Amino acid sequence: MYLYEIRDILDAEVITGKSRMDREVDFAFGADLMSDVLAFVNERTVLLTGLTNPQVIRTAEMMDLAAIIYVRGKRPDAASLELAEENGMTIMCTPYTLYTTSGILYNAGLKGIDELGVIK
Amino acid sequence: MSQKDMVSLNYRVNAEDFAKAGDASSNTKKVLKKLGIPSDITRRAAVVTYEAEMNIIIHSNGGEIIVNIDTTKIQIIARDYGPGIPDIDKAMQKGYSTASDHVREMGFGAGMGLPNMKRCSDEFEIESKKGEGTTVTSIIHIPD
Repeated sequence: MYLYEIRDILDAEVITGKSRMDREVDFAFGADLMSDVLAFVNERTVLLTGLTNPQVIRTAEMMDLAAIIYVRGKRPDAASLELAEENGMTIMCTPYTLYTTSGILYNAGLKGIDELGVIK
Repeated sequence: MSQKDMVSLNYRVNAEDFAKAGDASSNTKKVLKKLGIPSDITRRAAVVTYEAEMNIIIHSNGGEIIVNIDTTKIQIIARDYGPGIPDIDKAMQKGYSTASDHVREMGFGAGMGLPNMKRCSDEFEIESKKGEGTTVTSIIHIPD
């Protein structure tokens, strides 16, 4: 699924990375625990989260994630925004809750990752 | 990178310096990318370095991260000045954590750090002495 499709079905506002909407992703992963993101996720994944601190951007950067989607209308703090722009990270905000966001994406064909870690 | 080249990086990491958390890992990752290390290897090294950096910031009195890169491997050494890990077996258990609520609110302290680091490493060693400090050494092989 392309990021522009995700943007459209989630009624999302694109905060950074407007020019990278043609990137394609295979999976979505929803978490507020960054340690779990570091454990289970691979690069062609969008992260759904309600956590708004800079560690979210750092985590996404380490894992080469395609984009971060903030749920429940959350917005990244100023430090996050600065880091995201520095690192070319794509950020979107959706008004939907984590559960609804996940449901919309799943319904549209975007699956979750396998149960086990994919790093190794 | 030619045969003889070896790149060595050294970062000081201060206790509770959350504002700079991730700087050392981010820089390491950029260097690995520039050296043309395959992206899956780079990602594993980035996870090890990032978890190590967060561990030093969250749990220690401060320390350093040393990254040595040659044509065959990436060696990551995370060393701190205490207080040391009382029970390493427990610390290696998934889900075990001594982190504060403040740290958990930032998305860490899930008890996945050391197990994550081990899983991303080809060789992994942890040494700790109470009152003196902890040294974690991770080696990731670079395939030909």
